[in-house]
Amino acid sequence: MPDRKQAPAIVDAVNFKLNLKPYQHFVLDNGVEVYAVDAGAEEVMLTEWVFFAGNTQEEKNLVAATTNFLLRNGTTKRTAFQINEHFEYYGAYLNRSCYNETATITLHCLTKHIDELLPVVKELITESTMPSEELAIYQQNMKQRLKVNLKKSDFVAGRLIDAYLYGEKHPYGKYSSAEEFDALERDQLLSFYSQYYQQGKLILFVAGKLPAHLDTLMNRFFGDLPNNPVEVKYPALHPATDKKIRITNDAAGVQGSIRIARPFPNRHHPDFLKVQVLNALFGGFFGSRLMSNIREDKGYTYGIHSYLQNHIQHSAWMVSTEAGKDVCEAAITEVYKEMKDLREELVEEEELLLVRNYMMGGILGDLDGPFQIIARWKNIILNGLTEQYFYDSINTIKTISAEELQGLAQKYLQPEDFYELVVV
Amino acid sequence: MIQFEKFTLANGLRVIVHQDLSTPMAVMDIMYDVGARDEDPNRTGFAHLFEHLMFGGSVNIPSYDEPLQMAGGENNAYTTNDLTNYYIQLPAENLETAFWLESDRMLSLAFEDKSLETQRKVVCEEFKEHYLTKPYGDVWHKMRELAYKQHPYRWMTIGKELSHIENAQLEDVKAFFFKHYRPVNAVLVVAGNVTVEKVKALAEKWFGDIPSGEKYKRNLPQEPEQTEARKLEIKASVPLDALYKTWHIKNRLDRKYYITDLLTDILSGGGSSRLYQSLVKEKQLFSNIECYHFGSTENGLLSIEGKLVKGVKIDDAEKAVEQELDKMKTELVPEAELQKVKNKTESMIAFEDMSVMNRANSLAYYETLGDAAWMNYELQKYGTVTSEDILQESRNIFRAENSNTIYYLSDN
Repeated sequence: MPDRKQAPAIVDAVNFKLNLKPYQHFVLDNGVEVYAVDAGAEEVMLTEWVFFAGNTQEEKNLVAATTNFLLRNGTTKRTAFQINEHFEYYGAYLNRSCYNETATITLHCLTKHIDELLPVVKELITESTMPSEELAIYQQNMKQRLKVNLKKSDFVAGRLIDAYLYGEKHPYGKYSSAEEFDALERDQLLSFYSQYYQQGKLILFVAGKLPAHLDTLMNRFFGDLPNNPVEVKYPALHPATDKKIRITNDAAGVQGSIRIARPFPNRHHPDFLKVQVLNALFGGFFGSRLMSNIREDKGYTYGIHSYLQNHIQHSAWMVSTEAGKDVCEAAITEVYKEMKDLREELVEEEELLLVRNYMMGGILGDLDGPFQIIARWKNIILNGLTEQYFYDSINTIKTISAEELQGLAQKYLQPEDFYELVVV
Repeated sequence: MIQFEKFTLANGLRVIVHQDLSTPMAVMDIMYDVGARDEDPNRTGFAHLFEHLMFGGSVNIPSYDEPLQMAGGENNAYTTNDLTNYYIQLPAENLETAFWLESDRMLSLAFEDKSLETQRKVVCEEFKEHYLTKPYGDVWHKMRELAYKQHPYRWMTIGKELSHIENAQLEDVKAFFFKHYRPVNAVLVVAGNVTVEKVKALAEKWFGDIPSGEKYKRNLPQEPEQTEARKLEIKASVPLDALYKTWHIKNRLDRKYYITDLLTDILSGGGSSRLYQSLVKEKQLFSNIECYHFGSTENGLLSIEGKLVKGVKIDDAEKAVEQELDKMKTELVPEAELQKVKNKTESMIAFEDMSVMNRANSLAYYETLGDAAWMNYELQKYGTVTSEDILQESRNIFRAENSNTIYYLSDN
């Protein structure tokens, strides 16, 4: 009979040596940089084309996102249907996403089909036509989707809190409206496409079971693009002046969406990595203070989380939850109470070790597989960081002290610095 | 081909080991052969509420999460109408922690009032968040009640109504546990950087002395064949009209399951699929439309749902859907189109199998269905489907008397 009261011995995850598998790096004839990670057992691969074509570059709201969306909806040689049929015939998934600084095309495919797929990706980058009828369908469907989303308190809260933090004109704070969808014109898209895709700057990330001569292959298709430099310029921040806001979106709603957030510097700030540990302790995982108190003890919510936003220029520290309408204010009080505890009391060694082990185990699990590894590299590279950032983050998790954490809580977890929003 | 080894403990617990030395992690996946279908119709939502209570401490271990997090592990769980699954990922060195935690939960829970009280509230908030506050959030409650009159698939895993969860008592909870959460009703999969010898020793040590329990004999009321089309109209404060249709389909073990699965891929699931191309792009009747099936173990449902473009009459939209289905019933799907959805299935399986966690989960799932080895024959089974099969099965499924339709209309 095993002694069930006695936990088996463990190796503390802080003792693990974590390595980020290095990438292979090569440069195409036109200067396009390619980062590749060859790993994994399945015959699959991921290719990601990153253009500096995010909404920071657009002059009019929604132009970047719409251009990115319509890349796949028609070229000089193929209709939208034919493009989709081609990728789907080979069991491949072609996606595109628009972010703040960048916009991407992502291809997941079986490695054996890559030769059939790259020429058509190239066509999307060089010969998209953005047909007017495709734009019209997009406008109509996006307006409808927006209408449904605007009924959801979490969607509304998510838009508004960003607008308060950064201002409605800043790429991190702006949001869509039916009028702006209506105002989109094909010419604006074509000119954006020409400047930021056809003539724009590209970086390539590839991972998985890679084909032989990946460099030759990529060079053949993407080595002759113009690849001009693109400068990312940010407008000024315009944070809101009012900090406590209550909004009724649906008078019959039974839950409120709570967002409590403060501005926070980006990854280059010396406190960023340290605050990641404080954040984990505060609300970053299932065993965090917020979760233990507000879900597991009080039962006010199905889940509550805190996190640092994943932005390049500026970040924000955000607490997010949906709670019963009648317990929203009580939940907010508890959030501030947890901030106060972190400011006034040193975290006990036992709890700190738990957070360290949890975070280390999380990174270890996260590095499992080529797609996860390349995602880490991409994040490092696009944020203008180096490999050292990864090792610094490990080192911070292992060594940060209770005193440092308390100091950071005193510096950053001050209620008056936070925006506080409830949307019912 | 996924390699694995299987053995059974004296108490009936089936154990499967899948080794993958390329990862530093280990995964433990426990599947209990119990889902929402096994609930008392007057106490629905129980299997899922139970999943929450499983984290409220077990008989010898007051907290489940802390020791696991201390060992660098993460866990989660889900409940479906068919089964309940618990899984852990942690550094392989600390595998024994997973054995310790999971075996104590299987031995017995702590059954504390406080935990029940809190989790009732948490689940009620989950109910509200997912089903009450979201526009169209109640549609699947209504659809299940429309499509099923006898079978327990007629309620959702979250439960038929909030009151069932609010009224859950500790006695009911205990009875449910000792009926279903027994070694004889469970499958344990250990995968990743592990050896068969080590797993054998640990399984014996930690699970070996748990009383076997009684094998649960499932004896559920079967759904009589539907004989006439059913319709329901809902008016609610939603921004757009929406159409929901379902048809009864065969169970997971029937060969027709594979035909049906490919059939849904032909209709939907990509930019070149039929419903999207015809109804969203060409006719512009829907702003989005999807076709999928529930993947249920027993006879399930195939569904088509979409939101209408403002101004389109719902009868016209429904007619256009029927036209596409008529094509499926009268014309053979071209060979290239069939090959397309088979290729898609092949690549989907390859992507799924990339993660050890998914492989462990699939092994547990197929073993619960009948045999873990079936996992390796899925692609072959899809391979045998012909255009003629799809034609015949379309005729079988898309009959008016087999259909359930909800018009979910905007009241403004």
